Amino acid sequence: MLTIENIRKAYEGQPLLNGVSFEVNEDETVCLLGPSGSGKSTLLRIIAGLEGSETGDVLWKGTSLKNTPAHLRRFGLMFQDYALFPHRNVAENIAFGLRMQNLPDHEIKARVQQALKTIDMAQFGRRKVTELSGGEQQRVALARALAPNPRLLMLDEPLGALDRTLREQLSTELRRILHDTRIPAIYVTHDQEEAYAIADRLLLLHEGVIVQSGRPHEFYHLPHNVWVAKFFGLGNLVEGTVISHSPLVVETSLGLIEASCDQEHASPPNPGEKTTLLFRPTQAHQNPGAEKNRITGKVLDQVFQGENYRITLHINDSVPEFNVILPEPAEVGTELQVNYQPAVVLCLAS
Amino acid sequence: MNALTHKIQHWRSQIKLRKNPTLRALLFWALPAAFLAYFFYQPLLALFNLVLTRRMPTGELSLAALNLNRVWRPLSFTLGQAALSTLLTLIIGLPGAWLFARFTFPGKRTLKILTTLPFILPTVVVAAGFNALMGPRGWVNLGLMTLFNLSSPPIQFLNSFAAILIAHIFYNTSIIIRVVSSAWSQQNIRLRHAAQVLGASPWRTFREVTLPLLKPSILAATFLVFLFNFTSFGVVLMLGGPRFATLEVEIYVQALHLLNLPLASILSILQLTCTLLITLGHNQVSGLGDMVISPPAQVIGVRKPRKGLERIVIIVLIITLVSLLVAPLASLALRSFVKLEPIRGERGEVQRGLTLQFYRELGVNRRGDLFFVPPIAAARNSFVFAALTILITLSLGILVAYALLQRTIINRLLDPLLMLPLGASAITLGLGFIIVFNRPPFSTLRFPILIPIAHSLVALPFIVRTLAPALSNISPTLRNAARVLGASPLRVWREVDLPLLTPALLVSTIFALTISLGEFGASTFLVRPQYPTLPVAIFRYISQPGALNYGQALAMSTILMVVCALGIFIIERLRLPGKDSF
Repeated sequence: MLTIENIRKAYEGQPLLNGVSFEVNEDETVCLLGPSGSGKSTLLRIIAGLEGSETGDVLWKGTSLKNTPAHLRRFGLMFQDYALFPHRNVAENIAFGLRMQNLPDHEIKARVQQALKTIDMAQFGRRKVTELSGGEQQRVALARALAPNPRLLMLDEPLGALDRTLREQLSTELRRILHDTRIPAIYVTHDQEEAYAIADRLLLLHEGVIVQSGRPHEFYHLPHNVWVAKFFGLGNLVEGTVISHSPLVVETSLGLIEASCDQEHASPPNPGEKTTLLFRPTQAHQNPGAEKNRITGKVLDQVFQGENYRITLHINDSVPEFNVILPEPAEVGTELQVNYQPAVVLCLAS
Repeated sequence: MNALTHKIQHWRSQIKLRKNPTLRALLFWALPAAFLAYFFYQPLLALFNLVLTRRMPTGELSLAALNLNRVWRPLSFTLGQAALSTLLTLIIGLPGAWLFARFTFPGKRTLKILTTLPFILPTVVVAAGFNALMGPRGWVNLGLMTLFNLSSPPIQFLNSFAAILIAHIFYNTSIIIRVVSSAWSQQNIRLRHAAQVLGASPWRTFREVTLPLLKPSILAATFLVFLFNFTSFGVVLMLGGPRFATLEVEIYVQALHLLNLPLASILSILQLTCTLLITLGHNQVSGLGDMVISPPAQVIGVRKPRKGLERIVIIVLIITLVSLLVAPLASLALRSFVKLEPIRGERGEVQRGLTLQFYRELGVNRRGDLFFVPPIAAARNSFVFAALTILITLSLGILVAYALLQRTIINRLLDPLLMLPLGASAITLGLGFIIVFNRPPFSTLRFPILIPIAHSLVALPFIVRTLAPALSNISPTLRNAARVLGASPLRVWREVDLPLLTPALLVSTIFALTISLGEFGASTFLVRPQYPTLPVAIFRYISQPGALNYGQALAMSTILMVVCALGIFIIERLRLPGKDSF
């Protein structure tokens, strides 16, 4: 339904968006994920029509919105700081968008009541928004954005200003509301847990382009490059040089490591090329007999994590810290040996 | 045993003092409150007393016999000119505020400093500036006379109603721009974005979101401008001429020229009642602006003007503002260096051109007059008074700022009493001083200390509004940290409070300096003929005939303007955290 085509935008001479393209389909919640300052909010403002872009276009069902000003686009946008009108009470805030559509008073009243019920704040209509708690403000902002039945809903870090417990509770609620209304949505966040919880599909924005898009689990299993793996904190990253092509063997400071490659998205590297290997802490296992992909180090630290132990190893000067998660404890200062199956060591493009 | 209980009691009282904010506040308030009571409220009450008990010194006039017309005429004129001036100021100031809040353009910083300049310029300088531009010897008239070979100045600007209005616009546009644009640019841009996304057109967004949120600051600025217009004295006296008299001017004329103290007192009380009402109105609305629920937006709301109509509007606005603000000041400075007419005593061909003569003459007693005071001496007087004013206001201001820091009901009672002098006119103050202190040990004739005291009363509200926010910005945890690290209370003050307060203290010093240097109303009542201040001397010179006197008045005005401009420049450099209070 919504198509974003090759959006470019610079801020004070610095390129911020470098050709962003993606689509949002019917009934779909897309999560736009990226570190702070990656231009996520700017992209939302461009889609909303609040800001222009240097190149590119925003299309709705194939029609360009270039000449449609923000107030005629019928998109909803929920702001990070909620932007509730301080001079209007809760009901008046929710009614704002309805009034702009020049609906009759009784209909506005009915729909505001309905919206208040949806967010469980039926009695709050006359409250000043300045008297609301953070969570209540968040819900009113959501109700205000949803009340005029937008064609598309955009949420800019809607949980960013809340504390952790409230965030977890409200993200479930948000997910329910988004699914119930079936409005296509773009959800912007820098928090991956939140993105996992909300998204049907994830888009990862880095240095002004979408570096990876897909379903949440794909990011976990097949990160496209080193930066993605780092951003998601997937595990230990060790650089090396490719020795042979198939089987893929890489020479690293850990020794010779046999690894596998995501064939679908990247062609396997050729011998002599530099590459980076990903070792997930959870996929380490102890198999004293195995010779292949054996990693030995001195135990620096261990942390009890309930079912498992998180153990930090010191391998050598170029890999000073290497994390593994094992079911058995290890004594600090002793030598420890772990193994990785070649299939789980992932070779990444840089 | 007895000694021990004594010690414990002493200890207890100390703890009590430390714990009880009301007691501490009262301690801090003691000196400033006494100062205000003695030097502000006593003269004020004396004025009331004089009128109410009809113990009229002259005994001729009683309330019953009072011709109402003599009260009604200045009052209605004052209200009328203030309302009209305020309206015109809003018409120019609000677009100016829009310009500063929403756009970037080359020279914005310079223009911003320029717009602050009038706010701090003495009225005599402004009056002299308009005189140099539009007066009979001003650039415009001289130019037209040369151009069309006229024998007399064609434009009668001085002594006209328009002159008063234009000077008031010049004076107060900066207040509207300052207050409103600061509120405007601090307005969360996302509120406007939210309205747009919800379907509000730009015009509707302005009407439904921007304007309602600006209303408190617009109202506050309007009240403030109205107050300044209402109490305008120097401008009306020097540009309006004898035909126009505001309450202030009428009080001055009645008290000093016609020696009719009773009528002056009645007018003063009327004046005070009005200003009190205006001040109360201002206080009512000025607190409403603090409705911030969200952190300030990261998005910068200013942008370059778009091409087309918007750009044209903005260029016209900038030109209007620059010519309004710069023209009088530039003509003042320029005129003080240029000789265009024969100076008295010179015959034959007049040497026209650039000259430093007016500045050189400042130190010369040309007439050999016994009572003549060379302008340079007036400058010296002014600076001595200013130094004393700084001393008084800073010490009292610091005390009040600390008192206001305590959380106690006392502050809510005493704070408005402190702010009242802001509304009370300098003329009323001067008159009150004459009535109360015109006897030993103070007798104005022997005791010029009353001048800096009057200046301090005028300046103190500004100083407190500068120091108090700066002080409350100092986090108490900093002091606690210093205490825990082993600093004694006095040491904490020296090592934490004082360095963090320094910028605010510097700004206060400059405020006190410029207010004292420029103060005209109260000074006209209190100065001895032999010890004039700069503004009083400028007024004398500009009302005397002759090109030399005129040139000297402009030269003095230019010096005063430069000092004030330097002050505002330094203040701008030291931008304090927190909001603009005025």
